[in-house]
Amino acid sequence: MQVKNRATGTRVQRGAIREARMSDLVTPLLDRRKLVTGAVGLAAASALPRPALAQGAPLKVGFMLPYSGTYAKLGQFIDAGFRLYVDQKGGKLGGRAVTYVQLDDESKPENGTDNMNRLVSRDKVDVVVGTVHSGVAMAMVKVARDTNSLLIIPNAGANDATGPLCAPNIFRTSFSNWQPNFPMGKVMYDAGHRNVATITRRYAAGAEQMGGFKEGFTKAGGKVVEELTLPFPEVEFQALITRIATLKPDAVHCFFAGGGAVKFVKDYAAAGLAKSIPLYGSGFLTDGTLEAQGAAAEGIKTTLHYADDLDNPANKAFLAAFKAKVGQEGDIYAVQGFDSAALLDVGLTAAGGDVAARPKLISAMEGAKLDSPRGPLSFNRAHNPIQNVYLREVKNGRNAYVAVAQANVDDPARGCKLSA
Amino acid sequence: MDLVTFGVQLLNAVQYGLVLFLVASGLTLVFGILGVINLAHGAFYMLGAYTAFWLAAATGSFWIALVGGVAIAFVVGMLMEDVFVRRLYGRDHLAQVLLSFALILILDEVRLHLFGKDVHSVAPPDFLQGSIQLTDTLSYPVYRLAVCLFCLLVALAIFAVLRWTKIGMVVRAGAENREMVRALGISFDRVSRYVFAVGIALAALAGIVVAPISTVYPGMGDGMLILSFVVVVLGGIGSVAGAAIGALAVGLTDTFGKVFFPAFSSVSVYLVMALILLWRPNGILGRREV
Repeated sequence: MQVKNRATGTRVQRGAIREARMSDLVTPLLDRRKLVTGAVGLAAASALPRPALAQGAPLKVGFMLPYSGTYAKLGQFIDAGFRLYVDQKGGKLGGRAVTYVQLDDESKPENGTDNMNRLVSRDKVDVVVGTVHSGVAMAMVKVARDTNSLLIIPNAGANDATGPLCAPNIFRTSFSNWQPNFPMGKVMYDAGHRNVATITRRYAAGAEQMGGFKEGFTKAGGKVVEELTLPFPEVEFQALITRIATLKPDAVHCFFAGGGAVKFVKDYAAAGLAKSIPLYGSGFLTDGTLEAQGAAAEGIKTTLHYADDLDNPANKAFLAAFKAKVGQEGDIYAVQGFDSAALLDVGLTAAGGDVAARPKLISAMEGAKLDSPRGPLSFNRAHNPIQNVYLREVKNGRNAYVAVAQANVDDPARGCKLSA
Repeated sequence: MDLVTFGVQLLNAVQYGLVLFLVASGLTLVFGILGVINLAHGAFYMLGAYTAFWLAAATGSFWIALVGGVAIAFVVGMLMEDVFVRRLYGRDHLAQVLLSFALILILDEVRLHLFGKDVHSVAPPDFLQGSIQLTDTLSYPVYRLAVCLFCLLVALAIFAVLRWTKIGMVVRAGAENREMVRALGISFDRVSRYVFAVGIALAALAGIVVAPISTVYPGMGDGMLILSFVVVVLGGIGSVAGAAIGALAVGLTDTFGKVFFPAFSSVSVYLVMALILLWRPNGILGRREV
């Protein structure tokens, strides 16, 4: 027992020594910078000591992304997209060289708070970019609010992050779950569908995605006749598919992603329903999963803030550059990573590369008008993107652009107290 | 619900139950005969599916994937038994859980390096690709029906081997009293190795057969592992016939739970399990002392 205690004691001491050395390194810089820029107030006001580095020192970007598990590919593409933008700017953002800290969040919400604290308090990064999983992102949002750390969300769509939990220091470059689905309501109504069934998993993202659709569809004049759900991560759809066949709605709108999306699309086609009851979906249904879905996915129409073949110069340049650098076809996740860097660049440029000049940085980011590969991109009062949502159709294994479902879609940002 | 719909849902339930049985059969063999809790069963199921994808893509034949995948899994199972599992016989369950949990992590990493992390699908053999029209809107894939038949055949085969062959007799005797079997001059160590390898091969076989209807993706084994344990515990540990009954019970509960009580569909299976265990604490066909 004693030995054990002594051992732990030593370990703690070692940690403390390392901590002390780190602060030795940081403090002189901090002092010098305080003198140089006079930003004493800001630096002192922030709850945690931040590595306010001299102008020449690199900017520390913390990636908190899933590098393993189901969402590993998404995390990898967001990371690669971000780095691509930085490389295109000569390795700099706002004139400052960039270094990265990578942290695998494993898409585990229970570790979200600790991981985020590690980046912010121990690694002392200047900005955190993350993550994919909404549950983890919500934990990150809470820490970011408590510590006033700059956070850019490059994927997670939880409505609340730019709703009741919105904050000046939190931006999102992806979407809210509501956003890609609301325009689908009018699209399906205009296609002649009046009675529609929805199907998704019973979790927050599913409810929010289908909620956005229901709002748009009801507003257009249609009726959602049944809202089917099944628990996460179950993939036995047969009972619910049989239920759809008995209900005979005009069409079905759904939200699934990853392995579940592949299985649902294939099961739906195998049950022969695709012919009589057309399947629509939130764009995630057919993003990154088309190869595995194969012929079963042909003809499925989805809405998303991106299409593989968007015909604009920014997208063409982006896809070519991404392919050259990474060796794979870029997708929406890579675009979201790319735009996260672009947004940060706008803010840092306005602030002269100084992260501590927070008001300047944030007001520049709020006013950013980006020429994104996805089309024009700006931000609303809650820091959620205002962007086009496109109608796409699966053709020859690609999400081919059909039309703009709705231009400049702005999330209602319900519950957000920030003013414009 | 009209009669036709009921019939279709019943078919869904039975089909799901049979697939669950196929996955759980290997687990119940290893658990019941060797007394080893193999948490990595789901990981082998996943690896089987990925191997099937890889072999089917490389050779263009589902049958080669089926035979090759099972053969590879059998050999891997033999090696695993030799290197790791044999050290666990007679140890407490915690040691087994730790080792097999480590195996889950390792096998997942192996999958990542061998096959990547993409979602894949496997095409069923040509002559099973059609579907049968059941109602005006709904049809049923022939492959799903073929899977039902296949699962029944496997169940019969396992049952027959255990019941009527000499090796089956040795296995049953060994499960009862290992020392006595040894004392009679039978090398139970070798039998153990085969039993474990067969368990792993059955997990992989399930993954391969299910691959065309379930798609192949990382983490596909996790949910299956939990359901397999439900099936094994429900049926009575080590009882193959019990596993079949347990699997059908889970299939029926899940399917009709989703239809009639959608709000409870995530817990319906576990509620039924709790009730059955209150009634028979050792499972439906479980013996008193386990």
